[in-house]
Amino acid sequence: MADAYIFDAVRTPRGKGKKDGSLHETTALSLATQVLEALRDRNGLDTSKVDDVVLGCVSPVGEQGSDIARTAVLTADYAESVAGVQINRFCASGLEAVNMAAAKVASGEAGLAIGGGVESMSRVPMGSDGGAWPTDPSSAFKTYFAPQGVSADLIATLYGFSRDDVDAYAVESQKRAAAAWADGRFKKSVIPVKDQLGLTLLDHDETVRGSTTMQTLASLNPSFTGMGEMAFDAVVTQRYPQVERVNHVHHAGNSSGIVDGAAGVLIGTKEMGEALGLKARAKIKGAASIGSEPSIMLTGPALVSEKLLKKLGMEVKDIDLYELNEAFASVVLRMMQALDIPHDKMNVNGGAIAMGHPLGATGAMILGTVLDELERSDKETALITLCVGAGMGTATVIERV
Amino acid sequence: MENFKIEVDSDGVALVTFDVPGRSMNTLTASVIKEIGEIVERIKSDAEIKGVVITSGKTTGFCAGADLGELGGNGGLGGGAGGEAGLKAAYDAGFALNKAFRALETCGKPVAAAINGLAMGGGLEIALACHYRVVADNPKIQLALPEAKVGLLPGAGGTQRLPRLMGVMAAAPYLLEGKSMKPAEALANKVVHEVVPADQVVEAAKTWVKTKGDPVAPWDKKDFKLPGGGPYTPTGGQVFIMGNAMLRKQTYGNYPAQLNILKAVYEGTQVPFDAAIRIETRYFLKTMMSPQAKGMIRTLFLSLQELGKGSGRPANVPPSEAKKVAVLGAGMMGAGIAYVQAMAGIETVLIDQSQEAAEKGKAYAENLLKKAVSRGKMTQDKADAVLALITPTTDYAHVKGSDLVIEAVFENREIKADVTQKAEAQLAEDAIFGSNTSTLPITGLSKASVRPKNFIGIHFFSPVDKMGLVEIIMGEETSQEALAKSIDYVLKIKKTPIVVNDSRGFYTSRCFGTFVQEGLEMLADGIAPAIIDNVGRATGMPRGPLEMNDDVALDLGYKVTQQTKKDLGDKFEDRPFAPIIEKMVVELQRFGRKNGKGFYDYPENGPKTLWKGLSDLAPVTIAEADQTLIQEIRTRLLYRQAVEAARCFEEGVITDPREADVGAILGWGFAPWTGGPISLIDAVGAKAFVETCDGLAQKYGKRFAPPALLREMAEKGETFYGRFGAKAKAAA
Repeated sequence: MADAYIFDAVRTPRGKGKKDGSLHETTALSLATQVLEALRDRNGLDTSKVDDVVLGCVSPVGEQGSDIARTAVLTADYAESVAGVQINRFCASGLEAVNMAAAKVASGEAGLAIGGGVESMSRVPMGSDGGAWPTDPSSAFKTYFAPQGVSADLIATLYGFSRDDVDAYAVESQKRAAAAWADGRFKKSVIPVKDQLGLTLLDHDETVRGSTTMQTLASLNPSFTGMGEMAFDAVVTQRYPQVERVNHVHHAGNSSGIVDGAAGVLIGTKEMGEALGLKARAKIKGAASIGSEPSIMLTGPALVSEKLLKKLGMEVKDIDLYELNEAFASVVLRMMQALDIPHDKMNVNGGAIAMGHPLGATGAMILGTVLDELERSDKETALITLCVGAGMGTATVIERV
Repeated sequence: MENFKIEVDSDGVALVTFDVPGRSMNTLTASVIKEIGEIVERIKSDAEIKGVVITSGKTTGFCAGADLGELGGNGGLGGGAGGEAGLKAAYDAGFALNKAFRALETCGKPVAAAINGLAMGGGLEIALACHYRVVADNPKIQLALPEAKVGLLPGAGGTQRLPRLMGVMAAAPYLLEGKSMKPAEALANKVVHEVVPADQVVEAAKTWVKTKGDPVAPWDKKDFKLPGGGPYTPTGGQVFIMGNAMLRKQTYGNYPAQLNILKAVYEGTQVPFDAAIRIETRYFLKTMMSPQAKGMIRTLFLSLQELGKGSGRPANVPPSEAKKVAVLGAGMMGAGIAYVQAMAGIETVLIDQSQEAAEKGKAYAENLLKKAVSRGKMTQDKADAVLALITPTTDYAHVKGSDLVIEAVFENREIKADVTQKAEAQLAEDAIFGSNTSTLPITGLSKASVRPKNFIGIHFFSPVDKMGLVEIIMGEETSQEALAKSIDYVLKIKKTPIVVNDSRGFYTSRCFGTFVQEGLEMLADGIAPAIIDNVGRATGMPRGPLEMNDDVALDLGYKVTQQTKKDLGDKFEDRPFAPIIEKMVVELQRFGRKNGKGFYDYPENGPKTLWKGLSDLAPVTIAEADQTLIQEIRTRLLYRQAVEAARCFEEGVITDPREADVGAILGWGFAPWTGGPISLIDAVGAKAFVETCDGLAQKYGKRFAPPALLREMAEKGETFYGRFGAKAKAAA
């Protein structure tokens, strides 16, 4: 098997995922197109050498439907021969797309591929694609379905994270993100989104609030109490009877933000890189996905990381930097607790609590973020992972070359 | 045709009158279904017929639906041959009603239902298959699909037509809980089109046929839209997502009927109607074939009905009627008994030690009556008349002339003996003395009586006005006459009697006690209290065992245990949980809900929470529960009760499986989905049940050891209903 190398990673800034968000007036297709254009233009890429473009997208309906990857290939004026495929592994779609692109390279199917993702949550709201899992009694009933927020609160309850714990984590995430922006740590990857005239529409993550404090968060009411009390607390306590009462601690301030954005990672063989004059920045050392208990849903990151590290013959301490999507604060606290990861190795430049989580794109975005950070701080290896709906986890280990 | 009469009027409207011969109520028998097919053929082929009105020839109602006796016996439709051919045959049989009703709906001519009385189950479903429905303006008329209440699924189009008429969310309680609607409600729900005076239903239906008569059901029209939207619309999706969760919250996954109804609605509302009813029939059969349906139909419908007719009554004793009954003790039980008696028109003497206490007992009835009047359920005159039947007094002279005395004083032998003698001094030779004791053996109490033949246990449940069961206990000397009269009394006050023989705790208290005690055993085993009560509730019992201990009161349980210890002497086995209870009751005064502290704390604002100090008394060693542990706790809690019920059979405490099952569900809330502890054992099979119990006995102690009777049944492959059903059959 060939090694898969990362030559470049780009992402759009993340716009607030509402009607008054800066990227709301840009189509999802345009976001994906601008990412592909940037990868081409930054690297002087002969796009006919690209075999496939794999894009994650979680709500692939409406303008995100009908294989947005192939559509973006065409609108970005890539060579007609470049294929495109849209995939969905819920929140890990962007990372899974990178892993699939890497697998295509490793297997010899592709010499050069792009993995990435796109999600305009302001234009195609979360849940627009329906889905049997929560809706069909056959699956919902059997798996003790609960919404993610209730699952995140269940994690906090089971593993003893108080409201103060999750809020403190959120404050730190905001602080780190604001500091990282101030320090210019994202500028290597972030490409400004242009409007229809070619003017810059947005060049920074729109939801970062460095001024967040414990006091400002304390005023927010937990988001999932009503839903929980109506039915879902009863559902999860049937699955986890050790819980007397679910402690609802999550709210908009300690959960990932709803945003718009897209990202792409250029991956290829060593030979292809040399032929095209591309400098390999890192190597995909390995990747894995797992299924975990679906009702608590969000405990996959620690489990998939253990699986991947074992496969690679590595230990938790061998990883220099961890990047775990901040879906909810308790998800990150749980992984740090389970694997005994110090906070100064985890999400060192903040995460989705501050900058948002454009579902289909996040995995590719945070891979780029941590690659930049490895280079900036001159470290070697990073593990990128995300919790996934329906109880899954996906992880990737990269190593600088 | 034997079940229908057809008269075609000069306008070409055929009036089809449904009147099953020899039955008080129209039900959907096999011959009815066949004849509906013939009627449809006639409607289609007879050019003279322009449209149809279906009504009932019975004053008792429109149609009561399928005969559950026919369905429930022999395992019903699911009981045929095995394998794929058997299933296919069962499907065809199960689809017969759907097919007949659908043929009616698509016959090409307008069909209206003139509903002149109750329409239940299949009876409502045939009306829903008509193109137009007119109902008599009588608030007593009930329209309902009650199948889910006995573990069944409305299988003649109900799960498909009702959501298409009302929307999924609005239809849910009528489908899942069997909630009934009155005519006005049905009109508001768009389930019927017109409500008219009773004598005009047929005419109104005819008028529609003649003037508007549309022979196409809404769902067969091109532009049909499901009200509220289907599962993949924004609003419809939320209905299912929340509905699935609410269903799990309420049923804990114990009731296949409710889940299958929801599945049938989910899948059926996404396809054209002909496919929808095929899906419904498949889920109908799946439900039918579940042990839950079998057990629930038998216990909650058939057996309940039989016991309610006094099936356990000795036939050779002439009927009696209690006209005057004295109640000794005006505490909560006595007051409740006085109220239900007075409601049944019985002259009631309510005696207590002080006039004040006796009056307080009467005030209980007064309050309930006031509520009924304020809610419009009773007239003031009626309430006054009921209240006037209760005479509160301290004077035993008032007992004179009573046909029966119910003693409901403290659970103390001396006090009971004293009031027995005082009352008997006033009683006629043939009057019956009934003790409402829940724990003290009747034979022992009867020693205080001068007429032990007339001495019997009549055990009510609290709150008396809500609980439908009365456990009648035969002492060693109690006569058949006393039993017959007691049953007559229980039936008169509209309760369901079961008859048991004397034993400590009789049948219900004895078996119920094992549930709360098993919870305490688990506590002593180190299982986290939240796990015990969460899984306890999930078994289908009304509450977890620890909270149940709190509700019953820990000090009461403690006192009963101390008494039993005294009575049994060396035979009493102290359990590991005893020191925990002793410390809570004696030292910490944690008596349970009644003093606001037990296993739980009861804050004034907000829900109860587990007492934090409990882990000091009962250290938790098992803090997490995986599926295996959950299953084991579930089995322990249910099987512990079931094995005790089996012991009651072996000891002759109870002799009729119907009484054992009905008594368990009505008396102590045994998980209704099982059909009762005896149905549970029969469904599992004696052999498998014995094996599981042996395993549990080895692990947890001899309280799980199956009695010899069960081993014998396991060997012979017998069931309780097979072996002990003879009495049931003979009496039925």
